[in-house]
Order: sequence, then C-alpha cells, then structure tokens
Amino acid sequence: MEGDPPSLPPQMFTTSAQLLDLTDKKLLVALRDGRKLIGVLRSWDQYANLVLQSTIERLYVGDAYCDIPRGVFIVRGENVLLLGEIDLDREDDIPFRRASVEEVFAAQRATDTEKKRADKVHRKKLRALGFEDEGEVLV
Amino acid sequence: MLFFSFFKTLVDHEVTVELKNDLSIRGTLKSVDQFLNIKLDDIMVLEEAKYPHLAAVRNVFIRGSVVRYVHLPSGAVDTALLEDATRREASNAAAAKGR
Repeated sequence: MEGDPPSLPPQMFTTSAQLLDLTDKKLLVALRDGRKLIGVLRSWDQYANLVLQSTIERLYVGDAYCDIPRGVFIVRGENVLLLGEIDLDREDDIPFRRASVEEVFAAQRATDTEKKRADKVHRKKLRALGFEDEGEVLV
Repeated sequence: MLFFSFFKTLVDHEVTVELKNDLSIRGTLKSVDQFLNIKLDDIMVLEEAKYPHLAAVRNVFIRGSVVRYVHLPSGAVDTALLEDATRREASNAAAAKGR
C-alpha cells in the first residue's frame, strides 16, 4: 500500500461528466490572462484542456466590444478560469454596442494611457509618503 | 476526498464562488468533481458592470484551481458532522499507514 498512488474507482472522475453536456455548444471561455474567447467546444480532457472551434476573441472597452476571428484553439487547462454556456436568447440583447476592431483598439489604447498616467500620480504620492516604489505595474 | 464528499452534500444550494481574480459569482451549485471544479446554474455576477462578458451567460463551469473562496449557506453546513468526518478520515489514514 505504502508508496502506491491511491487508486480511485473510475466513477470518481467526474470532470468528464461535467464537461460532457457542454460539448458542441457555444461557450465563453475566460482565461487567466483576462482574454475572453467564444467558440464551440469540440474536445476536452480531465484537466480541462480544451479544443475550441470557430473561435473569436472578444474585447470589451467601455460600452463597446469587438470580435477578432481566431480559428481553432487548443487551450491548456491551467489557463482556464471558467467556461460559460452562452444563452442564445440573451446573447443579442446585452447592453453593449458592437464596434469596429480599430475603434476598440483606439479606445483600449486611450484607457491604457490614462491608467498609466493615473498610476504614475499614485506612485508619486506614495513615494512622497515614504513608500517603496514598486515600479510600473505590468497588466 | 472529504471536501469532495462535503461539496456533494451542498448540491442544489445557493453558493457564492470567489475567484482568485476577485470575480464573485453566485449561483446554484449543480455539480462538483474531485478537483473541486464547480458547476453553477442561474448565475448572478457581483459587480456585474466590471465583468461585461458574463452578461449573456446562465451557467458556468469554474476550474477548481482558480477558486479562492466558496461562500456557503451556514444552514446547510453541519459543522459537528464535518469535524467527526475529519477525525475519522485522519484515523483511517493512520490505520492504513500502520498496516
């Protein structure tokens, strides 16, 4: 017994059962780096490694969003935050405006610049109070 | 396997799952597996405005490794039973080692 990995009855491996009913459905996949992918789940395993087909990446800035076509994805399980089944009835009446990729990119850049500026002010104030500067925070 | 069994007793209860990225999702616990991956139904996102991508989502599968807390309804937790089960599991493990 000692040293042997504990053997479990196969019915314990229920991740498969959980993902089985999401197969071939249009899912939202949120990744650890903050990306949102929308695609059809075609395959998976017990680690939640995923294969997504007809994937798009969706970017949100303010009240706008845009879609970038990405194709087929194999996602390593450790990067998955959550899988959400998209309610096809509710999909079209989300309170967001579909915009062009260029517009969303420009808005994203503006938001990032503003955030950098605000961070700089914040860090300057902290430094004045004697806090150690941690440098620019990477997002 | 104790917490796996424990979570199985909470199926169909309303729980709030807080993720390591501070996202909190409340929903009905539908299933749980040995990695403590969690499936929630009829979800509601706290701070909905901050997470626009979940507006059209009704049920989610959350990978166990990204969960920080699961807030439970205190009425559904039998603390005494959980304590007993912990002691039993510990003594079983000790017995297995001594074999």
